[in-house]
Amino acid sequence: MNDLLNQIRLVADWLTSSKQWHGDDGIPHRLLEHLTYSGLSLLFAALIGLTFGLLVGHTGRGAFAVASVANLARAVPTFGLVVLVVTLAGLSTTPVLVALVALAIPPILINTFEGVRGVDPDTRDAARGVGMTEWEVLVRVEVPMALPLILLGLRVAAIQVVATATVAAYPGLGGLGRFIVDGLSRNDYELVIGGSTVVVVLALVVQILFTALRRFVVSPGLRVSASRT
Amino acid sequence: MSDGEPLVRWDWIADHAGELADYTGVHLRLGLLPVVFGLIISVPLGILCHRWRWLYPPVLTVANILYSIPSLALFMIFVRYTGLTERTVMIPLTLYTLSVLVPNVVDGLASVPEPVRLAATAMGFGPIRSVVQVELPIAVPVVIAGVRVAAVSSISLVAVGQLIGQGGLGYYITRGLQLDFPTPIVTAIVLIMLLALATDALLVLAQRLLTPWSRNKVTAA
Amino acid sequence: MIRFDAVSKNYPNGTTAVDELSLELAEGGITVLVGPSGCGKTTTLRMINRMVEPTAGTVSLRGRDIREVHAPELRRGIGYVIQHAGLFPHRTILDNIATVPLLLGWSRKKARARAAELLELVGLPSEMAKRYPNQLSGGQQQRVGVARALGADPPVLLMDEPFSAVDPIVRAELQAEFIRLQKELHKTIVFVTHDIDEAIRLGDNIAVFRTGGKLAQFDTPERLLAHPADDFVAGFVGQDRGIRRLSFVKAAEVPLREGPVLPETSPVARARTVDEPWVLVVDEARRPLGWAAVAGLPDTGTLADAPLAPLGHTFSLVGDSARAALDAALLSPSRLAVGVDAEGAVVGVADAYELSAVMAAAEAVAAEAAAGDAGADAPGGGER
Repeated sequence: MNDLLNQIRLVADWLTSSKQWHGDDGIPHRLLEHLTYSGLSLLFAALIGLTFGLLVGHTGRGAFAVASVANLARAVPTFGLVVLVVTLAGLSTTPVLVALVALAIPPILINTFEGVRGVDPDTRDAARGVGMTEWEVLVRVEVPMALPLILLGLRVAAIQVVATATVAAYPGLGGLGRFIVDGLSRNDYELVIGGSTVVVVLALVVQILFTALRRFVVSPGLRVSASRT
Repeated sequence: MSDGEPLVRWDWIADHAGELADYTGVHLRLGLLPVVFGLIISVPLGILCHRWRWLYPPVLTVANILYSIPSLALFMIFVRYTGLTERTVMIPLTLYTLSVLVPNVVDGLASVPEPVRLAATAMGFGPIRSVVQVELPIAVPVVIAGVRVAAVSSISLVAVGQLIGQGGLGYYITRGLQLDFPTPIVTAIVLIMLLALATDALLVLAQRLLTPWSRNKVTAA
Repeated sequence: MIRFDAVSKNYPNGTTAVDELSLELAEGGITVLVGPSGCGKTTTLRMINRMVEPTAGTVSLRGRDIREVHAPELRRGIGYVIQHAGLFPHRTILDNIATVPLLLGWSRKKARARAAELLELVGLPSEMAKRYPNQLSGGQQQRVGVARALGADPPVLLMDEPFSAVDPIVRAELQAEFIRLQKELHKTIVFVTHDIDEAIRLGDNIAVFRTGGKLAQFDTPERLLAHPADDFVAGFVGQDRGIRRLSFVKAAEVPLREGPVLPETSPVARARTVDEPWVLVVDEARRPLGWAAVAGLPDTGTLADAPLAPLGHTFSLVGDSARAALDAALLSPSRLAVGVDAEGAVVGVADAYELSAVMAAAEAVAAEAAAGDAGADAPGGGER
């Protein structure tokens, strides 16, 4: 208990020391870097993952390929991939971002696909039967009904990207992981634990953001069914 | 990386075969023990959540929050208490498995058809016997589906532990970066993926052995 | 109105869902497509709104080949109701019903106003408007399904086993509601079911399909029961088609006699003078209370003190058919069916033997009708 209090005091001291809030080594700059890496990768991954997920889910073609990609992707050690990219392409941001995008696509792809494919065939039949065009079936019925899973996919991808962007500090990139990696190499525990705390806070904010997003964009009609099953 | 260096030098792999095998063993231990611990926690916790539904949302929220914390940060938080040991890697990995295993145990129990549950009660199974002897076996396929996801993710995550010196095959990832030599990194990635996929395949096999009734259903469908 | 010309649907795997179907469905009536599973009835229905495209032949609606119309546009003009309603779970009840008007580009306000009207029309309270489909029972969902199909007031309604997924009591309710609705709306309705009783209850015309997608008979329910075209139809219609035919004879045509009816204030001695084993005890408004066995009467007092056997059920001279009368006779302890008027007061009684006279009369009418029809075409495709 005492130890926990000590640790909290340590983190509080580190966070409140003014040098953490200025310059290239300060929290604002590192946070901005982290958010830029994560946000950009998530954006591109979403564009690609959603497009293909909706396409495959709606047409049913390529389902096996999507499932295989998702299975294989889960087995990839993200840390290894990022380090390999830096070893092969040198220390620059773009190749690492490409790797982050590649890692974030599968969860978005598979969940979007599952969400659309999981739409009750009766509902889809009724949508066509009342005279919706294929586009209207997708946009007005399949996407809203798949939203819970689409958001889950985006959330998993976001968690993955934030975590991998942290690890990317090891081969030399910026972002919040810098505090941890630099702290480790300098045996500066205060830096390590302070950086970790900021990372945890960021993860919590991401989590809260997606919970809030779910509340706003998912129809209450779907939540009813979710609570019933 | 110097120009002309190939992606993989086969002779390096041949020279390090014995050492690679050792690290593979460590990697498996670091990746799979957390899944076992995760199951030991998740099965009773899932049963409780199934029994008292109000318990489920808060448990799930906590599990999801733990899952969302990047592994590197979580390792560092535990370093203070458990040092640079294997435990520091395995405790966070165990916590991560909960976000998959607990929901799957709950869903698996929910998948038990109501008539089966009632029949068990009618035949005189007490609540605990009914869960252990009737409901859990029926939930096995859904639980194993969760174990597969947890095991594969866990095995691929172990490598990050190398930043506190406990990463199994992750050793070759940091080593390759230090030496500016891609062969160990590629080897580690491929081995980790193979371990994950082999574990996945074994779990599928285990499920078929554990639940012969669902196997028949699959072939009939 | 809706016309099939030598329409076939074959699948690449070699199965034939519909085989050379020619059929013309009249405007403003309910046509029921009925048959065992795999007989092509649903495929036939789905070809009308191009949910299934025929491999050969043409389907035309009001004289126009439906292939000339863009499929979504065609479907917006045809109501469509399916078995599990297929409501959109993410939309409120009101917005589900407003779907087609919105697709047609109506303003949101106008579409919702229309939807509110329809909600009332199908007998649902207005407070359901803001709910979601999962909060409704199966029967309520099915009503919403019908309301959604009526969204743009389409002249044609396609209904694919709409009442099959609900329990028998709710089904009977929905069927009655449906008959009432159709009296008001006069839509051209094509209705698919595997339930011959439902077909007979709802259909103005019935098309019986046999396995392999062939039309076995197309006829009115009365003629289908009286003159099944072949053994298949006779078998499908059922062994009890004789009894079913009584459904088409109104109970009002049943000859009733006064029978042993006594008010509960009568002294017991009075009942013994009737010379019947059972007397029907009624209240002051002549509503039946039950049967009293004369042998089991107490020695003194009035019939109010007598033990009463339950009525079984009565039949109403205003709404029921002769079939209900026969059933009432068979279930009654005295073997007498009790006929009541709109107020529930006893009009008279009849036994099964007397009811069979009605049957004979109906037979004569049917034979006459058949003779009269001999030269004329049977409706649409006719018997084969």
